[in-house]
Amino acid sequence: MKLITAVIKPFKLDDVKEALKAAGINGMTVTEVQGFGRQSGHTEVYRGAEYTVEFVPKVKIELLVDDSRSDDIVAALSKAARTEKIGDGKIWIVDVSDVMRIRTGERGSDAV
Amino acid sequence: MDFALDSGNTAWLLMSTALVLFMTPGLAFFYGGMVRGKNVLAMLMQNIFAMGILAVLWAVVVFSLAFGNSGDGGFIGNFDYLLLKNVGIGGSPEGFFEFLTIPFILFCAYQMTFAIITPALITGATADRLKFAGYATFIAVWLVLVYGPVAHMVFAGGWIATMGALDFAGGTVVHINAGAAALAVILVVGKRKGYPHAPMTPHNLPFTVLGTGILWFGWAGFNAGSALAADGIAAQALINTILAPAAAMLGWLLVEKIKHGYATTLGAASGAVAGLVAITPCAGFVGGMSPIYIGFGAGVICYLALGIKSKFRFDDSLDVIAVHLVGGLFGSIVLGLFADEAINAVVVNPGLFLGGGTELLKDQIVASLVTLVYAFTVSYIIAKVIQATIGLRATDEQQDVGLDQSLHAETAYSN
Repeated sequence: MKLITAVIKPFKLDDVKEALKAAGINGMTVTEVQGFGRQSGHTEVYRGAEYTVEFVPKVKIELLVDDSRSDDIVAALSKAARTEKIGDGKIWIVDVSDVMRIRTGERGSDAV
Repeated sequence: MDFALDSGNTAWLLMSTALVLFMTPGLAFFYGGMVRGKNVLAMLMQNIFAMGILAVLWAVVVFSLAFGNSGDGGFIGNFDYLLLKNVGIGGSPEGFFEFLTIPFILFCAYQMTFAIITPALITGATADRLKFAGYATFIAVWLVLVYGPVAHMVFAGGWIATMGALDFAGGTVVHINAGAAALAVILVVGKRKGYPHAPMTPHNLPFTVLGTGILWFGWAGFNAGSALAADGIAAQALINTILAPAAAMLGWLLVEKIKHGYATTLGAASGAVAGLVAITPCAGFVGGMSPIYIGFGAGVICYLALGIKSKFRFDDSLDVIAVHLVGGLFGSIVLGLFADEAINAVVVNPGLFLGGGTELLKDQIVASLVTLVYAFTVSYIIAKVIQATIGLRATDEQQDVGLDQSLHAETAYSN
């Protein structure tokens, strides 16, 4: 099993969700986050005073998938999230040793 | 003289009193949107609390100190109206206000709403760092020692009015007065912890725009109500109260766009308020295109005055000095250029641009400077004494946590 974590542009969340549902995922967890990468921040102006806002709002998506589905899901996710402009975000994939569905107590792939 | 109540005038002043009272919660949201989210309740509280303490204090003693002995050409009133004695549903008990065709108790209520919002204006300058008990003590003492005497000198036929200066609705009494007090208090209380290095950006500008709308709406009662009648002067004051902030918004945004490349929402709101401030002393004394010239000038000047605080290195958090002190000075002084005897017979010496000489202009400058110096000096002393006794500045730790939680045991937002 894999944990796929993606940080994307907030306005791309709907596109990504639809693409992942079409690719067959059963669930996902979404968190509003802030951060910076190469995009760095942006400037805001309040009454003539300029402020650099270093942390840009992003959305973090986490999903658990079977090993066999990982490449397809990552491909669908990256395609939907891509604008080809700076700040599109990142995806990383890590191995997961075990998973449990709390309601039933199922373990491993059955719980994904 | 027998009291002849005019129902039209009375109806308008009843309405105006409610309108001006509504400005204080409007101001709370105007300021509240500009502070950080951890301090928004403290800001709202300072404003709403002003309605609590100052209304009571006004009825108990300050109305008497301001409006007792009216028309004496002096400095302060007396105790004739202590505890609202002699303030009834009939006419004014003394000569100076005999022209009033509204109940004297209504005049007292209307003036009360001015006394509430004036100290509340200071809270923008001192945002995010005042200890609540110190603040409460300051505005109470300030109302007695500063607002009462200045209102007497200007509005009650005291020294400034007798000297020849004009102030229709409070350029000196409200805006220069509060602006000078704001400057004094921030010099005593110091900068917010972290200022100017840590970013302190507005947490909810929609609140600020909402507050601007409430202020503008209420200002109709502030200025047009100051005619103390439902007449042509009130109508003139009303249109001026629309045109001046409109032109000021344009002036502010124009400079902002040229200097920074954007026309901002906060700029539109701030410009409108600057125009409202500047037209306040002029509202019932100028006509034609004058409110547009005054408003536009105020928008540009107040925007440029934003730079004062970084030049002199003080922390006027929400720019009360640029908007209220500079806007109030600008409006009060240019009245000496635009005052029109055809609009209001009270104008004895017309403004310089309307064929009058420099007489009124000189009087306006003197009135402005006297108010500025008196308010600054006494406010500074009051703030120093409070700072040394019960304390005026919230601790660094309280500021870090946020005043909402540390001073009021509440938070505005759950997450």
